[in-house]
Amino acid sequence: MLTESTTLLVIGGGPGGYVAAIRAAQLGIPTLLVEGEYLGGTCLNVGCIPSKALIHIADEFEKTRQFAGDSPLGIKVQSPAIDIAKAVHWKDGIVTKLTTGVAALLKKAGARVVKGWARIVDGKTVEVSPADGGDPWRINCEHLLLAAGSVATPLPNLPFGAGGGNVISSTEALAPATLPKQLVVVGAGYIGLELGIVYRKLGVEVAVVETQARVLPAYDEELTKPVAASLRALGIEVHTGCAVRGLNAAGNAVRIRNLAGEERELPADRVLVAIGRQPRSAGWELEALGLAMSERDGRAVRIDAQCRTSMRNVWAIGDLTGEPMLAHRAMAQGEMVAEIIAGKRREFVPAAIPAVCYTDPEIVVVGQSPQEAEQAGLDCIHAHFPFAANGRSLTLESASGFVRVVARRDNHLILGWQAVGRGVAELAAAFSQSIEMGACLEDVAGTIHAHPTLGEAVQEAALRALGHALHV
Amino acid sequence: MGIHIIKMPDIGEGIAEVELAAWNVQPGDTVVEDQTLADVMTDKATVEIPSPVAGKVISLGGKAGDVLAVGSELIRLEVAGAGNLRETAAVAIAEPQLAPAAPPPPKPVVIEPATPVPTPQKSALTGRHPSPIRQPGEKPLASPAVRKYAWDRGIDLQFVFGSGPAGRILREDVDTYIAGKQGSPTGVPSSQRARLEWEEAIPIIGLRRKIAQKMQEAKQHIPHFAYVEEIDMTECEALRQQLNAKYAVTRGKLTLLPLLMRAIVLAVREFPQVNARYDDVANVVTRYGAVHLGIATQTDGGLMVPVLRHAETLDLWSTAAEVTRLSEAARTGKATRDELTGSTLTITSLGALGGIVSTPVINYPEVAIVGVNRLVERPMLRNGQVVARQMMNLSSSFDHRVVDGMDAARFIQCVRGYLEFPATLFVE
Repeated sequence: MLTESTTLLVIGGGPGGYVAAIRAAQLGIPTLLVEGEYLGGTCLNVGCIPSKALIHIADEFEKTRQFAGDSPLGIKVQSPAIDIAKAVHWKDGIVTKLTTGVAALLKKAGARVVKGWARIVDGKTVEVSPADGGDPWRINCEHLLLAAGSVATPLPNLPFGAGGGNVISSTEALAPATLPKQLVVVGAGYIGLELGIVYRKLGVEVAVVETQARVLPAYDEELTKPVAASLRALGIEVHTGCAVRGLNAAGNAVRIRNLAGEERELPADRVLVAIGRQPRSAGWELEALGLAMSERDGRAVRIDAQCRTSMRNVWAIGDLTGEPMLAHRAMAQGEMVAEIIAGKRREFVPAAIPAVCYTDPEIVVVGQSPQEAEQAGLDCIHAHFPFAANGRSLTLESASGFVRVVARRDNHLILGWQAVGRGVAELAAAFSQSIEMGACLEDVAGTIHAHPTLGEAVQEAALRALGHALHV
Repeated sequence: MGIHIIKMPDIGEGIAEVELAAWNVQPGDTVVEDQTLADVMTDKATVEIPSPVAGKVISLGGKAGDVLAVGSELIRLEVAGAGNLRETAAVAIAEPQLAPAAPPPPKPVVIEPATPVPTPQKSALTGRHPSPIRQPGEKPLASPAVRKYAWDRGIDLQFVFGSGPAGRILREDVDTYIAGKQGSPTGVPSSQRARLEWEEAIPIIGLRRKIAQKMQEAKQHIPHFAYVEEIDMTECEALRQQLNAKYAVTRGKLTLLPLLMRAIVLAVREFPQVNARYDDVANVVTRYGAVHLGIATQTDGGLMVPVLRHAETLDLWSTAAEVTRLSEAARTGKATRDELTGSTLTITSLGALGGIVSTPVINYPEVAIVGVNRLVERPMLRNGQVVARQMMNLSSSFDHRVVDGMDAARFIQCVRGYLEFPATLFVE
């Protein structure tokens, strides 16, 4: 058996793992990264990036379909069509470009990558079975960083692959060879809605099933209303408060039951189960370490503010450690762990971790919502500014949505930002920065925001919270 | 309308610079003739500067605490008539651009003090660094850069006061915290009590600066040596009480001080070298027949030394009356310059607070100072018997350049002799 030694061994080449490896190598730490599938992990290969590529395709196609109708812009096109295989190929090109980029960055920094599946032996030893089937390696390390990520959560009565392969996860939904006629999306969280909207815009009949009372239940209702309205406008059927019972006997419909106990079948030639993701903590003998796991479901590795696990010099970051499962959180954690291993004093104490939902319209949340602030016992003021009063929004044909700010009443410290509207994802940078810098309402209100931009709504929301909005 | 400039007057002989103690007027105020414009301070006297004219204040020549040269512009008034600002300055005002080569209008000559005087406003801004005010569980607020800055220095932001908006911790706050922490041995609070980290910068101006300068001067120039002797004041105290019993109503009450002064007046006849002033630049010691006794006096503003002139001419009661008058004048700020200068030997006493020993600082350029410690009844051995005696120490300092140890000791022993056998105080 080949034996190798290193200072830092990273398991998982996703956003958390590869960033940790790059930073560690930059800091002169001998670093080895084990990745069994593809560099870039879920994010680059079957998550953030491909989904955004498909959203772009769907949006562009949707536009042409509008132009083919009676567009107020006066643009006319005739019989638009989509070659889904070509579109997916374009998306794959982006993914390839980014993942090869990651490989180049790792190489440039001096981190070594081993292609293969890791299996834990103990806290300082990992066995790697090469992806190409060669002899396994044994790697000894001083520091072990667990960054194995997450997998789509399966639904017991609707397992992936059931119905002759028609029940799929987001991974398969992001690489369709063909488009279905009728898609049922189980789960109206951000993944289900993002993909449901994509398929709808590509011409598929889409129905969404959600057990809770409304779509995007993780977000506050005011924020999700424009999305719910958009789903209606797009012609997506929404079945909230409904539990999924499984496929019908013929395998061509999903059986659901509402709160009143009434059952019905939603015809489907493809079913996307998007009820969430769970830490990939099984299947690679992580149990061998006997690490403390989160109390909630026992699947996530428990970590402290420095991403230390219960075992000395064993670290964990990203989705493996549970919610919020966001690539940017994993990256920040990875960078931090590398610096701690390099001897720096660091802590993972962000003021806020932004979250973006690429539905149509988009949603951004950073920091606390008014309800969350209230629950935290803070006396708050909040104000929102509608995009209907923003010039740039009108020129983008997207007058729905708003920006909302939450701040402390006593010293006007900004606690949270929420926005819903077309293109608001890009406002996340301004939101996060203001909160991370400890800005007060006056700081944002007193900053000149370029005209005409969506950003003006940010300034106006702050002004409005201070009681002197100019444009509303 | 004209401009009338009032210059810093020469208020004492040989004084080149004067400190502005306080302004009684501000620009824009209307002043009448003889109205007090400013208090200035020379040596140890505070002098009021009256306005010789009526008018309106245009500008002030400095701020409180500034030291101005005698003859520099103190204040500028707008007055009816021509004023006293003549052609040169008027030309400069009329055609400033046309005459760039002309000398600029005379500016007040501000003599920089030895140490920069911090303004009170600044001290209020930078001086206070209280403990962090956060609710339990509330996270410290700091930008990512400041967080990293603190981590790199091993500082837990939880303990750092945030001076920024909404209590945001700035980089300077971390620096202040580090600076404060270096002062404490462990840096970790040992009790649940909040750390107090405020500081207050107090400008040393006015009388305080004078005191500081005098003390510095004395200690810098004079090689002090101290001499402490124990004096049995029992007889002296008995005499004092007898005198008070008999004369208090008619002549006033006596304290010990007049008796001590009388003893000193008599002792310096034998030891003129301690009743002297030493000009160490000219290398001349001037001995005096007159005994001008400085009396160190605590006032609200600080230490002052009013001078009892010609103590050799006064009896006990007139000495007592003069001491009372002078200390009152010093405390109320009414002492004149003459009453505050010219002493030849100084006495310092804190009465009941006198302690057992002190090392007084000589009132430069004198050559000796006599310090009085506490009078206390103590068991003493007399002829093999333990008896209660009223004991008091005299702690004195001498300028060793011109007073030898032997002379100093003999001088104090002489004083002791007078005090222990008080009848001798009245033998001429």
